[in-house]
Parts: sequence; C-alpha cells; structure tokens
Amino acid sequence: MLDQSPTGYTTEDGRKIGGVLMEMRAITLSFGGVKAITDVSFDIREGEIRAIIGPNGAGKSSMLNVISGFYVPQEGEVWFRGAKRPPMKPYQVAAQGIARTFQNIALFEGMSVLDNIMTGRLTYMKVNMASQALWWGMAQAEEIENREKVEAIIDFLEIQAIRKTPVARLPYGLKKRVELARALAAEPKLLLLDEPMAGMNVEEKEDMSRFILDVNDEFGTTIALIEHDMGVVMDLSDRLVVMDYGRKIGDGTPDEVRSNQAVIDAYLGVSHD
Amino acid sequence: MPEQLLFAIEVTLNGLMAGVLYSLVALGFVLIFKASGIFNYAQGVFALFAALTLVGIKDGQVPFAHLINSVFGTNIHHFGWHLPGLVAIALTIGVMVLLAIVVERYILRHLVNQPDIILFMATIGLAYFMEGFGDTMWGSDIKKLDVGLPQGINETIDEVTYNWFGYGFFIDNLDIVATIIAALLVTGLVLFSQYTKQGRAMRAVADDHQAALSVGISLRFIWVLVWSIAGFVALVAGMMWGAKSGVQFSLSLIALKALPVLMLGGFTSIPGAIVGGLIIGVGEKLFEFSIGPLIGGATENWFAYVLALIFLVFRPQGLFGEKIIERV
Repeated sequence: MLDQSPTGYTTEDGRKIGGVLMEMRAITLSFGGVKAITDVSFDIREGEIRAIIGPNGAGKSSMLNVISGFYVPQEGEVWFRGAKRPPMKPYQVAAQGIARTFQNIALFEGMSVLDNIMTGRLTYMKVNMASQALWWGMAQAEEIENREKVEAIIDFLEIQAIRKTPVARLPYGLKKRVELARALAAEPKLLLLDEPMAGMNVEEKEDMSRFILDVNDEFGTTIALIEHDMGVVMDLSDRLVVMDYGRKIGDGTPDEVRSNQAVIDAYLGVSHD
Repeated sequence: MPEQLLFAIEVTLNGLMAGVLYSLVALGFVLIFKASGIFNYAQGVFALFAALTLVGIKDGQVPFAHLINSVFGTNIHHFGWHLPGLVAIALTIGVMVLLAIVVERYILRHLVNQPDIILFMATIGLAYFMEGFGDTMWGSDIKKLDVGLPQGINETIDEVTYNWFGYGFFIDNLDIVATIIAALLVTGLVLFSQYTKQGRAMRAVADDHQAALSVGISLRFIWVLVWSIAGFVALVAGMMWGAKSGVQFSLSLIALKALPVLMLGGFTSIPGAIVGGLIIGVGEKLFEFSIGPLIGGATENWFAYVLALIFLVFRPQGLFGEKIIERV
C-alpha cells in the first residue's frame, strides 16, 4: 500500500512523488441526455505518471478533454496547483502549463516539423506585433531563444533528420513523436497523452515508452495518459484510474488495480444489470 | 514592329493591371477562407463599405445624417473639415477593425461548429445588411474618391514607347500605383505570416483548429485578426477601384469578379489568388481584343467564368489549391 500523505510518496523504483498537482472533484459530464462521466474524483501528483484506463466508451478521452478545457463539466470542480479553476477555454488551460496530444494526431500538416514544434512555444513569445515591426532585433533574440529550446527537444526525441520535412509526409509513428515534441516545447507542468501508442508496432511502442519515461525522469514532467495496451500501461505508470461506463471503478498502483475484482469484471465482460 | 502586336502588348499590360485589382479582392476571400473555412460573400460589400467610410471620413460627412435630420428635425450634413488622405485611411482601418470585432462577437461566435452552408448564408445576410447600413450611414449618391493618388496617362511611358516603336503605350498612372501598393501589401502579408508570432498562430489556425487550441492559441483573437486584415485588404481594393470609377454600389459587384479568380487559383492559396487574378485580367482583355469584335463584343462579362469552368473540369482544386484526398 502506498503512503498517501499530502507531501507525496516514494515509488518502488525509488522516485520521489510530490504533492497533489491536479485534482478532479466529483466530475460529471453529459452530452444532451447521455452521461459521459458520472461523479469521478481522482488526483494527479507532482512528478507522477498517472494512467487512465478502461474499456472503449468508458469516458477516458472525455476526462482528458475536461482537464485540457475542451469540455466543460456540468458538475464538479477542477483544482490545479492548489487553486480551484474557473471554467476555461483550451487556450487558457494551455497557457497555465497543461499541454496535450490527441488520439487522432492533430498536427499542422502544412508546416514543417520544426514549425510545428515552434508553435508549442507560442505562449512564451511576448514580443507583440508593433514592436516586432519597429524593433526587429528584439523579436529576433526571442526567436533564437525559443529556437534553442526547440532544438534541444528535437535532439531529445531523436528527430533531427526530419526537422525540415513537411509533417504530411511523415509516417504515423513519427507524427506521434512530433506531436509529443510540440507538447514538450511548451515546457508543461502537466502533460496529457491521449493514446500515445495507438496504432504503433512493437518497436515504436518501445521507443515511445522510453521517451515517456525519459521525459518524466529528465524534466520531472507530470504525465497523465490514456493507453489501451495493458502490458505497456502497467509498466509505465505509477498509479492508475480505471473507468467503466463513465464511472470510476478502481484507483491505485498497478498491483492494486490488477487484483481489483471490479476491474477484472469490467475487462472480462461481466454483465451489468 | 507591326501595329497589331504592339497593340496586343498594350492590352496585355492593361490586363495585368486590372488583374491586380481582381487579385486584391480575391486575396480577402482567401485569407478568411483559410483561417475559418468561411466563404465570406460579404467581401465585396466590405470593399464598398470601406471606400464609402473613407470618403465620408475624409470629407467630414456626418454619418447617419439623413436619419439624424429626420428624427431631430436638424439639417446637418458636414462637420466642415477635410482630413488629409493618410489620416482618413488610418481612421477607416480603425472602423474596419471594429467591424471585424462586431462580426466575430455577434455572428461567428454563435455559429461555431455549424455546417459551412449556415456560415455562408450568414455572410450573405451580412453582405446585404452592410449594403443597406453603408447607404444609411453615408448616403447612396455616387462619390468621388480622391486620396491624392496620381491619375491619368503616364506621359513617360507614352513618350519612351513612342520613341522606340513609333507607338505610345497608354498606361494609367493609377494602375501603376495600384500594382505597387498591391505588391507591397502582399509582401507585407507574407512577412507577417512567416515571421511574426501572430502570423504563425494564424497559419496554425488555418491548418487545424483543435491543435491550435491545444498550443494556447485563442481562436477568437485570430478570427478578429484575420477579419481585420481582410477588411484592410478590402479597403485597399475599394480605394483603388473607387479612385478609378467613383465610389458607388457597383463596387460591391467586383466580388463577383473574384469568384472566377478563386476557382482558377484555388480557395486556399494566396499565390493562387494573385496569379489567378492576373490570368483573368489578361485573359479577358486579350479575348475581348482578339475575339470580341468577331462575336459582337461584351465578352468581359462572361469570359472569366468560362475560363474558370474549363479549369474546374481539369483541376477542381484550382491552380495552387490543396488537392483534397479522402482516404476510404
């Protein structure tokens, strides 16, 4: 059993996990009459890799969309860094330091890999239009600074060779990696990954797992992810939330979740009455 | 050189210059279409409204004078000032930005995620509303627009070509100025979209709304920005056209000239709008010059559309448009 003290806990492999970074309190989300999420609460701790799993249609992506501001829940509260978050637009959430990737890759297909990743730095660019026109140097310095950060991420994710390639020409696996790079460019406090390994082959999955662990390790980034591959997700994550039919049915370490009867039922398909 | 060939060259040059104006109007369409997927039917009326506002502000006309006078029984028409061209242009830009904000706030915001046809209908509504609103605001009489642009035949070109070929080319000064201004405008737009933060955000929104939101771009801000720029482009087009043939209702019909340009150049391509405009400009002038007399003239009304139709059959996405490939 984990030490669930407010100051955090230590993982099996000795990583220090901090206090609560984000907390979802009794979130309920519905579309018209259809309930996507019903009364779900959980927290995400600083430095943690937190997974949300569950069968298809369990409400996992909806939950991620609530965190990133794409959906506004009808009930419940979202707490981030110790403060209750008012309803926000996705761009405001992004500015708060929450970056994300999408289940169906959402890249700027018409732009190069480099330009795509540079858009991740937009929230850091402060020089406005007028001064950009009047004083080219200031904008130039800012551009160079951001460019350096982006190059570091390109090196980190080993995509130097495709820097100038238009994204539309890349294979699926690399697109996923570029999308991760763009999210990382924002230097997020919380990184949301919606099925980062969907549709990948074994080798690509291994690469992506390694990058996720490295990101967490090197930058100390807190990561919340949705993933279907049970083997991968149990290896990667420190704690998991299990959802089924929009409700939370389990929450804990991989071992705890594995031995949870409700979770086993959901995955083996025990009938719901 | 034979007289006929020289004449054809002169027609081509004039066609190019007319094409520049078509390009300008088409450019306004492309900007909005790329950023928000909306075909803004009101773009032509924007040009008319911008020109009307420019004349009104410059000549110190009282807006809504007719309305005010009939309600309050007053008889005011003019503030009694004449502003310099540049000041009036700056103020008109302000009005167009305001218009962009109002359009975003009261129309676009409520129609987000509606089918394209609904948005298109909304812009038709906007077009006719703006037409009437412009009339109410500034009156419906034909106005003369004089912002100090040079007009009339360019003597130097006339003289030089006369000395060389024994035939003087007739090129209007206003056309030359229009070409230079259009070139500057396009260069400015390209620099803006490639090298500024807002330009990059604009390209991002044009590419993928969802992804743009996730990297922290406000769609509303970008829409206001794009509609403002389109308003500015409309002002430039309206100014050139207005200086040429007076500011009047028919100015809004130049939008109809932009349609074949877009079909030819592609709805999503800025270079397409420019090249398309030039092709149509030259094409219709040369056709009228060479074939026109044989079939009784007045070909300029339909030639552009026929050319665009032929293009559509062979290249539905236009010359520079993105090819649409749907995976099955």
